[in-house]
Amino acid sequence: MPAERLLPTDEARELLGLVADITDQELEPRASIDEAASQFPRKAFTVLGRAGLLGLPFSEEVGGGGQPYEVYLQVLEEIAYRWAAVGVGVSVHVMSCFPLDRFGSPAQRAELLPSLLAGDLLGAYCLSESHAGSDPAAMMTRATVAPGDPAAGDAADAGFRISGTKAWVTHGGVADFYTVFARTPSAASAGDTPAAKTADGGISCFLVDAGTSGLDFYPPEHKMGLTASPTTQIGFNDVPVPAARLVGARGQGLTIALTALDSGRLGIAAVAVGLAQRALDDAVAYAQERRTFGKAIIDHQGLGFLLADMAAAVESARATTLAAARRRDHGLPFSRQASIAKLVATDAAMKVTEDAVQVLGGAGYTRDHPAERYMREAKVMQIFEGTNQIQRLVISRHLARS
Amino acid sequence: MNIVVTVKQVPDTWAEKKLDASDRTTDRKSVDNVMNEMDEYGVEEALRIKEAHGGEVTVVTMGPQKAVETIRKALSMGADKAVHLTDDALHGSDALQTSKALAKVIATLSPDLVITATEASDARGGVMGALLAERLGLPQLTLARKVTVDPAAGTVQIERQADNGYALVEASLPAVVGVVEKINEPRYPSFKGIMAAKKKPLTTLGVGEAGLDASEVGLASAGSKVDDAEPRPPRQSGTIVKDEGDGGAKIAEFLATQKLI
Ligand SMILES: Cc1cc2nc3c(=O)[nH]c(=O)nc-3n(C[C@H](O)[C@H](O)[C@H](O)COP(=O)(O)OP(=O)(O)OC[C@H]3O[C@@H](n4cnc5c(N)ncnc54)[C@H](O)[C@@H]3O)c2cc1C
Repeated sequence: MPAERLLPTDEARELLGLVADITDQELEPRASIDEAASQFPRKAFTVLGRAGLLGLPFSEEVGGGGQPYEVYLQVLEEIAYRWAAVGVGVSVHVMSCFPLDRFGSPAQRAELLPSLLAGDLLGAYCLSESHAGSDPAAMMTRATVAPGDPAAGDAADAGFRISGTKAWVTHGGVADFYTVFARTPSAASAGDTPAAKTADGGISCFLVDAGTSGLDFYPPEHKMGLTASPTTQIGFNDVPVPAARLVGARGQGLTIALTALDSGRLGIAAVAVGLAQRALDDAVAYAQERRTFGKAIIDHQGLGFLLADMAAAVESARATTLAAARRRDHGLPFSRQASIAKLVATDAAMKVTEDAVQVLGGAGYTRDHPAERYMREAKVMQIFEGTNQIQRLVISRHLARS
Repeated sequence: MNIVVTVKQVPDTWAEKKLDASDRTTDRKSVDNVMNEMDEYGVEEALRIKEAHGGEVTVVTMGPQKAVETIRKALSMGADKAVHLTDDALHGSDALQTSKALAKVIATLSPDLVITATEASDARGGVMGALLAERLGLPQLTLARKVTVDPAAGTVQIERQADNGYALVEASLPAVVGVVEKINEPRYPSFKGIMAAKKKPLTTLGVGEAGLDASEVGLASAGSKVDDAEPRPPRQSGTIVKDEGDGGAKIAEFLATQKLI
């Protein structure tokens, strides 16, 4: 029983119809094949991009689709229903555009956002490092200020040079632009002394083109799931970044990163709901066909109740996620609710996908059925964009402050 | 370039096609209706020619009220405007009558190029392009797998698909060109395209407004009549050949009796 949606507008209904059409034809037939071959479906993203599905939650003035999160998240759900790795990819792309949209200057937004949202480019988000995942403030990647050329009469700084190694970058090596966080020297401590150049001024956010010199893309990690989506380390070897590509104020980077993650977590929650819905639908279809002891297994109460619990988990995860989205759409604080949604939805996806394997019995344990893949895909959702322990930390800190 | 592309709403390609029991016309009520799949290639080609040479793409369809969905799809893919010929009097028109009605509408648009698909998946007559060309007095190029227009020279050249290769065929503009599925990969509508389509001009014409007389069209005066129809017989169970060392020979024998080899 596919999801029954309550959508706010006719426009949203037509959008969801378009998404079903495209994902049925472009994603559904390829998901299992490309996942098995660890093949990144770049062309699928181009098709989604041309249809306007990579910029949905951004305003129309900058080339976005002008959709509320309540609608955008349901699109993500439908994409992840056909192919979780693509759902994750769209969510990560949107998160990579978020800092520029929210914190960029009007000139930067006008110059850069339309091309990032036009659909041909794909973004990536470089926050984590090997030793700084849950604790991104411990990052060591550093941007130094490159002084302007005094001979040419440059009074202002020419820009920055980034050095360090980022880890776990979704779309590493296949993205067209990278939103990168790095430590910068304090803006106040100007001057030419080495100490002033390196005095810690916190973290800053930059936009780096994939073609920039000094970027070193490592081979993709060998992951348990989401194998079609490359996750890599990226070496930054004195990578030049013009001053105009600093997003927000110098030192504002950690705030930017955490603000982006609040919205990103809603995206991951929606992807988890889509994946869980798919596992449920596949399990129900199988349970209606498969017969033991003279009847369909869904008619054995012991199994029917398992399916009922799965349905309850999927629908409550969706409700929690959309409730958080509506707060965001209404301009209310939603950080705590986003963490709750991410925690609830990804835990639900883990439980539901595991139970889907159980419903399929021995068949569920083979790679001939996608149930085991769903289970492998669900696991990472409890880990990235803040592990579910970190979500609890966010929630409990909100409670302590209240 | 002023390009006209014809589209038709048909029962979903995979739906079982039935005739309406009352008048033996195509049953369009009990099935999902979609844009004739091959028309998507025609629309795509029209859009590509427009993108290369400028101009305007007008979608023309004849069909019941619901066919406006197919027009919307073509408009959301990027066509500029549409004409929908719709009237109860048109119900049951055969190919000859349909071509007469469509040609009337198309002639008023003075196109440089008319693009059709090779056939529609419901009736599969494959004659509409030729009928339109004849009625419009225009040259027709068929089975195009590639179209090159030269607006300055006033010509259109196609690669006409053949069994083992292709023929280069050229005509002066205006002309009617029929395209095959190999020609391109139709785009999906975009979200913005769907929104924009709502604001694009759509002219709805009845029989009289199109300059036709109700007696010229429709089931009553159709030149062809469907007297009876039988559903396709259920598929027979196959022949099972047991291989006792002579399996190859038996298969060859079977294929020979079916005149397949
Ligand atoms: C497939 C994949 C894609 C990713 N994509 C991106 C990306 O695009 N961009 C990006 O920047 N990062 C990305 N990440 C990184 C991801 O966000 C981190 O892996 C995650 O934040 C956890 O960090 P860690 O791996 O360093 O684990 P650690 O921080 O080492 O955590 C190890 C364990 O300790 C627990 N733990 C840590 N601190 C606490 C605490 N204070 N209280 C309780 N428990 C704690 C954690 O919950 C976890 O169980 C991706 C990761 C994966 C696996």
